Amino acid sequence: MSKKLLEVKNLKQYFKVGGSFFKPRYVKAVDNVSLFINKGETLGLVGESGCGKTTLGRTILRLYEPTGGQIIYDGQDITKADMLPYRRKMQIVFQDPYASLDPRMTVGDIVGEAIDIHKLAKNKKERQEIIISMLERVGLNSEHANRYPHEFSGGQRQRIGIARALAVNPEFIVCDEPVSALDVSIQAQIINMFEELQEAMGLTYLFIAHDLSVVKHISQRIGVMYLGKLVELAESNELIFHCAHPYTKSLISAIPIADPVTARSSKRIVLEGDVPSPLNPPSGCRFRTRCPYATELCAEKEPELREISPGHYTACHHFDKID
Amino acid sequence: MRELLLDIRNERLSFFTPAGEVKALNDVSIQLYKGDVLGIVGESGSGKSVTAYSIMQLLPQNAKIIGGTIDFNGHRINDMTEEDMRKIRGNEVSIIFQDPMTSLNPVYTIGNQIIEVIMLHTNKTRKEALERAEELLALVGINEPKKRLKQYPHELSGGMRQRVMIAIALACEPKLLIADEPTTALDVTIQAQILELMMELKEKLGMTIIMITHDLGIVARMCEKIAVMYAGKIVEYGSVDEIFYNPQHEYTKGLLRSIPRLNDKDKKKLVPIPGTPVDLLNPPAGCPFAPRCDSCMKICLREMPPYTTIKDDHFSACWLLQKKEFEQGGGKK
Amino acid sequence: MSDNKKNILSFQLDVSDFLPANEEEKQSLVVMRESVSFWRDGLRRFRKNKIGMASLIVIILIMIFAFVMPEFYPYSYEQQIRGSENLAPMQYSKQELERIANGEKVFPHILGTDSLGRDQMVRVMMGSRISLTVGIVASILVLMIGSIYGTIAGYFGGKVDLIMMRIVDIIYTVPDILIIILLMVTLKYPLKNLADNNPAFSWINTLGVGLICIFIVFSLLYWVGMARIVRSQILSIKEQEFVTAAKALGASHSRIIRKHLLTNAMGTLIATTTLQIPSSIFIESFLSFIGIGVAAPMPSLGSMAALAIDGIYSYPYRLMAPAIMISLIILSFNLLGDALRDAFDPKLKN
Repeated sequence: MSKKLLEVKNLKQYFKVGGSFFKPRYVKAVDNVSLFINKGETLGLVGESGCGKTTLGRTILRLYEPTGGQIIYDGQDITKADMLPYRRKMQIVFQDPYASLDPRMTVGDIVGEAIDIHKLAKNKKERQEIIISMLERVGLNSEHANRYPHEFSGGQRQRIGIARALAVNPEFIVCDEPVSALDVSIQAQIINMFEELQEAMGLTYLFIAHDLSVVKHISQRIGVMYLGKLVELAESNELIFHCAHPYTKSLISAIPIADPVTARSSKRIVLEGDVPSPLNPPSGCRFRTRCPYATELCAEKEPELREISPGHYTACHHFDKID
Repeated sequence: MRELLLDIRNERLSFFTPAGEVKALNDVSIQLYKGDVLGIVGESGSGKSVTAYSIMQLLPQNAKIIGGTIDFNGHRINDMTEEDMRKIRGNEVSIIFQDPMTSLNPVYTIGNQIIEVIMLHTNKTRKEALERAEELLALVGINEPKKRLKQYPHELSGGMRQRVMIAIALACEPKLLIADEPTTALDVTIQAQILELMMELKEKLGMTIIMITHDLGIVARMCEKIAVMYAGKIVEYGSVDEIFYNPQHEYTKGLLRSIPRLNDKDKKKLVPIPGTPVDLLNPPAGCPFAPRCDSCMKICLREMPPYTTIKDDHFSACWLLQKKEFEQGGGKK
Repeated sequence: MSDNKKNILSFQLDVSDFLPANEEEKQSLVVMRESVSFWRDGLRRFRKNKIGMASLIVIILIMIFAFVMPEFYPYSYEQQIRGSENLAPMQYSKQELERIANGEKVFPHILGTDSLGRDQMVRVMMGSRISLTVGIVASILVLMIGSIYGTIAGYFGGKVDLIMMRIVDIIYTVPDILIIILLMVTLKYPLKNLADNNPAFSWINTLGVGLICIFIVFSLLYWVGMARIVRSQILSIKEQEFVTAAKALGASHSRIIRKHLLTNAMGTLIATTTLQIPSSIFIESFLSFIGIGVAAPMPSLGSMAALAIDGIYSYPYRLMAPAIMISLIILSFNLLGDALRDAFDPKLKN
């Protein structure tokens, strides 16, 4: 029976964006999302821009204060707790390898910052040893420790970011689009490294990306988000081959397959129109304005996330009509 | 008899920067016939965008063509003055850029930006140009075109802005359309819409397209021919079926092995290409891919490999292929 | 494509060429460029800027002129030499001529003397010393107060920022000259009493109440420009992902401010402070010119200019010397500040 390492219940993250003092307007970036991640597992989270997946990842780490709901880590409610001890257990790897490293610090200091904050080394020598072992773990070496981030390529910088996250020996890592900004040939290196590290260190990942192929490769379970809502959650193969939400279906269909024969023959489901504004989401089901299966019911009543088969959840009134 | 539209021969191009000479293009040759859809695939630093920009002479001051020739539609691009280039840009050859958020001018209406190119290259009056602009917006699938002409870029979404860019590019019915990563900045579902649109337009208008991208899925769908570039050189060139099902260059093979496939049911481990992309300030003497190649031989480090013909219209620059020929020739040449 | 096949016969190939290459041979091609930190990079850019380097050299020369030379000069700034009043540059008085005739070596008055027989050259030196000291000390005061204020406003944002910046807006509207005069009037006697009765505060008399008031006013009013600049720097750096990364590691507010925000803003801070110096010098000169400022006999370039106005037709050089000196100091610092900004401003980096 696998243990739940992280659970979020009815998590809300609303950002105020203007409006008057008495009637403020909000962007409901994350709106009532519940999910859990088991220890040692990778949960993938996909969606397009504006769906809230990045906000969800950062809210879990309390980088934004949640507007509502609960975050439970290893059985403890950390929604309002002092985060410092948890910062050692929960870490994050960012998307942009160019912006996420302080350009004025050496690589060694970047990796060592966590050691300094949490006082993980007794003296300078030990600190240096930890830093070098972290660098080696991600495929760099000790002579890189004295250099500056701008001297490295994107893939190497991402490795430095991962080394920084590993320095505290965490249990749980939020991977916020860690390979999206990298070249294709480097992406595979970094993806493999994530997998190896997971095995070696027993890590649990929340893997956020917009590329479903990458997410499917690395995750055991996948959640799909749209405009702040979790619309489907299932085991990876189940999601790809037996999806139960029209949005998931169109997302899968939209991905260009790197195989000419399949690409020429596959039927494409092309959605009409654009993503609605998150300031003014449609009533009822948020996806209904672009959904080929939408009915009046969809406009009136918002579908709840329901379990339709063991481990497979969907938020759609008409999931049984999807072939 | 197919019309040869673009003939690039042995182009060499470098950027002269304060840090040194960046050899961006190293002996690139492309022959493009009317109606072809060519995909140029490569990663950052491969030179794919630079090749396209050099056709339109849109490169910064410090970029110089130091060798080779570019012939397009009867013009020798190397010899043309800026004034001559302005006559053909937007007119005979157009480009769609990557980021629709920044390629449109925020202080002019959509209508103004479309008619700008029409009035630059044709004799139409403003009224006629606006009518044509409306036609174009309908052609690219924008609803309520008359209303859109008066709107500003910030009022449109990313997908719609890209459609407007396509409309501007098509306004003067160019012979060649260059699309530089047109969907990279867009969401996947919007990307699908734009690619569908481009396929439709290609059918309708019979355009010649150069599609620059790093996404092998896009070229599999859209292109007939593919040029794989690495470090300023075309390392493999062939039809789309040949490249995907019979890749000959180690880099091409490596790319195909390293991308995660949605359709795989069982978990296959990705086989990445080791190492990091080449530093164009200091390119190696031999094959630029050599340091990352599992089958690297001694000669690969010394000499640039010549092109070997694998089939009709399928070439690759690799010493391994030369080795086969060499061995067949009895070990001595 | 067909033209590209190299002529194989043009060089010798043999079997050994096709042997696999080992790791070392491959790695030797991958070499990292020499490491360069932000400061070294900036200094390199600064050194290339000829105007910047030239102004730096001029400033160093002026510093030597103002701080070192008076110690070795035969005349002092308050020394009134009877009989040598109103001499022209390089002119000797009757008494001095007599002394030379007697075989004594008399150092010439290079810029002449004023109506009280004081050597102008050494007074220009001392005046420059005052101007530079005031300029630099005032700018450091402005830097410290402004950056602390701006950092707090920018980092904490929200209501804190709102209130703090409204205070800044109010301070901006205060007329500085009025305040200085008011302060001078109210503080003159209390400070003088303090100086006379308490030996520890006797330096007040040397500097003069005016100068003290100038420093007080700078601390009260002039830091607002720096605060705004620092705040905007902090606001933009704060949004960068490496700051979020530090937060995710568990860094405290003070750590983030010290190690991430201020270090990244340093280049702009240095350049802005350097540009603040000429502004402070000008204000001091102006105040001394209109009579509020350093007390006589301590010369200030501004007060020397004021004294020289009266005799401007007979002794034009008495105005020109301090005026040229002020201009030179201000121009050099402005050019230096510009060059520093070009060298260290990250936005101009490509």
